[in-house]
Amino acid sequence: MAGKKDATAVANSQQPIANSSPDRFGEFGGRYVPETLIPALDQLTAAYAEAMEDPSFTSELDEMLRDYVGRPSPLTFAPRLSEHVGARVFLKREDLNHTGAHKINNAVGQALLARRMGKRRIIAETGAGQHGVATATVCARFGLECVVYMGEEDMRRQELNVFRMRLLGATVVPVSSGTRTLKDATSEAIRDWVGSVNDSHYIIGSVVGPAPYPRIVRDLQSVIGREARAQMLERTGGLPKVVVACVGGGSNAMGIFHAFVDDVGVELVGVEAAGRGLDSMEHSASLARGSPGVLHGSLSYLLQDEHGQVRPAHSVSAGLDYPGVGPEHAYLMEIHRATYVSISDSEALRAFALLSRLEGIIPALESAHAVAWIAENRGRWSDSDSLLVCISGRGDKDVAQVSDMDLLS
Amino acid sequence: MESASEIISSESIARRFEALRAESRRALVCYVTAGHPSPSATVELLQGLEGAGADVIELGVPFSDPVADGPVIQASSAAALANGVTLDSSLELLGRAGVSVPVVLFTYLNPLLAAGPDALGRAAAAGIAGILVTDLPLGADPAREAWLARSGLDFIRLVAPTTPDDRLAGICEHGSGFVYLISRMGVTGTRDGAPADVGPMVRKLRSVTDLPVCVGFGISTPAQARAVSKMADGVVVGSAIVQAAGDSVEAAVNLVRSMREAMDG
Repeated sequence: MAGKKDATAVANSQQPIANSSPDRFGEFGGRYVPETLIPALDQLTAAYAEAMEDPSFTSELDEMLRDYVGRPSPLTFAPRLSEHVGARVFLKREDLNHTGAHKINNAVGQALLARRMGKRRIIAETGAGQHGVATATVCARFGLECVVYMGEEDMRRQELNVFRMRLLGATVVPVSSGTRTLKDATSEAIRDWVGSVNDSHYIIGSVVGPAPYPRIVRDLQSVIGREARAQMLERTGGLPKVVVACVGGGSNAMGIFHAFVDDVGVELVGVEAAGRGLDSMEHSASLARGSPGVLHGSLSYLLQDEHGQVRPAHSVSAGLDYPGVGPEHAYLMEIHRATYVSISDSEALRAFALLSRLEGIIPALESAHAVAWIAENRGRWSDSDSLLVCISGRGDKDVAQVSDMDLLS
Repeated sequence: MESASEIISSESIARRFEALRAESRRALVCYVTAGHPSPSATVELLQGLEGAGADVIELGVPFSDPVADGPVIQASSAAALANGVTLDSSLELLGRAGVSVPVVLFTYLNPLLAAGPDALGRAAAAGIAGILVTDLPLGADPAREAWLARSGLDFIRLVAPTTPDDRLAGICEHGSGFVYLISRMGVTGTRDGAPADVGPMVRKLRSVTDLPVCVGFGISTPAQARAVSKMADGVVVGSAIVQAAGDSVEAAVNLVRSMREAMDG
């Protein structure tokens, strides 16, 4: 044993440290968590690998996605929006899933994993409430205890989703620390898990957190892109010119991008929330205006000050109101495979109304950022170009908030 | 204590534990959040804790998102940030206090990374003896772990109740100063009642390392400190001191003095 005599010298051991988290995207990702969680992350990694090789698991997942979630979700051609934009616009309708957003794709898969690992208590964080509702829903379906952490500010903005979670039998715990939004809800969920890891599984809602979460959540969401790619080929005989999705943590974007990453001719565009403007300090554009740092267990882009303190994010959309972003997005940006742009609160609100009036589809405020980017860039494409936009969720949850803003006047 | 108090510059952690061992005493490791409740109170607190018999002091760098901490240290961290405290100003507070007990810089990784590649050199120059990074477990980032191991500071590693046996030797081999054994599941914070039985984990650690083993998390009363000190080489007290410091420096110092007496008595 090194250091039997001199305890101060042992850290200079010449033994290399084995890298227990090869699960990185370039330099991004990793497992920057308290020691207590390491065995649970190992267990999850192993359980997930086994499950994906087990036909009984994958067939049950497929069956749940079909019969419970309602997949495949439709691909909708948007004729009037197409005319407005000057390109052929197709919408991937995750808003038509059970519970009204893409979040359930991940929640179903992770609930099945939790059951497989023998964990009967589920923890989740939520921002807009969509991931909380999806998690509460699958916990009801599988008879699992469910505790959802939600910032007090978000509980105010998304009162309806709070009621839905409680109706579904979940305990919603208000988080009053820090910014009282998704960032602090995530911290509080991690704190719960540090104390309950032996009997609880943390269903993280986005492609963030320590490895293996970013990969698991991406894989479970990649059904969006697999379906959409096949649907585009069937419908148009080709691939889209551009795939567009909003990015907070970035799960719907990774979900739709993943199937297209190897199609080098397809442009991938992630839309961050510019809030009150990129120069206002009140935005959630981690990739556009952040820098690499460690938050919630992984190394990625982050809104932070020069001392490494995390800056509060802002977006009109609670689901994008997060100062970090999934590590795979940081990687796709650095290798120039995806482009990240941003859309302000007011642009998103205009698109919220635009899609409602042109297509009879009320998008979630999050998804409205993706719609807004093509609307703001109208005229940039030719009539024969096809654009694929992920409508990650429906806007019913946002109607009360937006009506208070007097948008229609 | 006489031998220790004669040392002017900061003492190494190993020498402190050797001295304690020679006297058959156990270490009292005390945590404070730099800048809480105020920068000047931190200076007084560091001096007061040394006078009350702290053997090692952990100086906590405030962070905006302390996921391993319970409500007391979270609130202290938020207060320190509101006071404008940074990693470098934490080091300045240590300099002003001029204590001679070994001091461990206790931080999350992000403020340390933001402080730049020469942050560890600045810490050493300020008299820091060791460093503990809450969210950098063994193997998480070999390059940055090597940076810490080569810094000349002792690299304090954590062992949790969930740590499997096959990680223990690696954690000790790639750590130095002492091993910090987390006595129970969960975040930092005070708990009522008897502390967890850490005897079996301490025995496992002793079979793989000669590093001193200090036990922390949830130790808030003199009786708990005394009970735990019988099972390990040292006791770490955090939230209880921070809570008391929120009332007054004197309250925190009195708490530490009573713990010292309970452990030595």
